[in-house]
Amino acid sequence: MEDMTTPVEAEQTLGEDTSAGDQPWQTIVWNDPVNLMSYVTYVFQKLFGYSRDHATKLMLDVHHKGRAIVTSGSKEKVEGDVAKLHAAGLWATMEQT
Amino acid sequence: MKGWRRKGGRVLGGFEQQEAAVLRGLVSQVDDMLRARAEEAPQDELAELTGIKTGPSEGPDDPVLGRLLPDFHKLDPDQPAQEDIDSASALRSLHEPQVLDAKLGVAAELLNTLPPEGGNIKLTYEQADAWVSALNDVRLALGTALDVNDDMPEELPEDDPRSSHLGIYHWLTWVQESLVQALTE
Repeated sequence: MEDMTTPVEAEQTLGEDTSAGDQPWQTIVWNDPVNLMSYVTYVFQKLFGYSRDHATKLMLDVHHKGRAIVTSGSKEKVEGDVAKLHAAGLWATMEQT
Repeated sequence: MKGWRRKGGRVLGGFEQQEAAVLRGLVSQVDDMLRARAEEAPQDELAELTGIKTGPSEGPDDPVLGRLLPDFHKLDPDQPAQEDIDSASALRSLHEPQVLDAKLGVAAELLNTLPPEGGNIKLTYEQADAWVSALNDVRLALGTALDVNDDMPEELPEDDPRSSHLGIYHWLTWVQESLVQALTE
C-alpha cells in the first residue's frame, strides 16, 4: 500500500502515476462508457489490495484523463494483472516503459 | 428488485419472476457466446499432455466478444506495429483460457443462485463478488450491442429500436451499483 506522504511520491508528482517506479512494464486501464465508477474502484481494491483512497484516485484518473497506470513490474506480473482486469471486465492493456 | 443490503454476513436481495427471467436470459446468452469462443481454442496433443490450455491467437470478430476479451496491447487502429500484433497474439493465446474460465465461473454462480421463479436470495460475499462481475459482463455485452456512450440519454425516442433494451441496461446498471454499494459500505 502506498503512503501518499513519502518523499518518493512527492518527487513523482509530474508522472502519470506514483506506483510506476522504474519497473519495465505497466498495466494501463482505459476509460470506457459502461464500467461504473464504484465498480472500478472496487476492482482496484479487490485485485491489488489498494486502499479505498488510492483506488478512488486511480479510478478518477481513468475517468478524467482517459487512462491510468495501475500496476507495474515484470512482464509476467503485468500480464497476470491485465488478465485479472479483463476477467473483471475492465479495459486494460500493458506496455513497456 | 428493491436493491441489495447486507445483513449477518450475507448480501440479501429479491427478484420478481420476470426480473429473474430477464437476468437469467441475458447471463445465459453471454455464457453461450463465451462457451462458443472457448470451443474455438486449438486442440492439440501437447495441450492434452500438459493440461495447459492455449487459446486462439486472434481476437474475436464479434464486437461484443471483443469487448469481453480485449487485446493485451493497445494497437494503433491504422498502423499497428507488427511487434505489438505478435506480442498481443501470444499473450491472448496464453491468457484467454483463464479469462474465459473466470467469466464462465461467475456466470454459473449467478445462474446457480438466482432461481428461475425469482424470490428472495441470500448470497455469501464470495457469491456476491461473482454476481457483481457477472452483472458487469452482461452490461458490457448489452452496452456494446447498444453502442452506449458517455452522451447516451436516459431514454431514447420510442421509435428507436434500442429504446426498450436501453431500459434493461439501465436497470442492470442500478442492480450492479446497488450490489457494489452493499459490498463496500
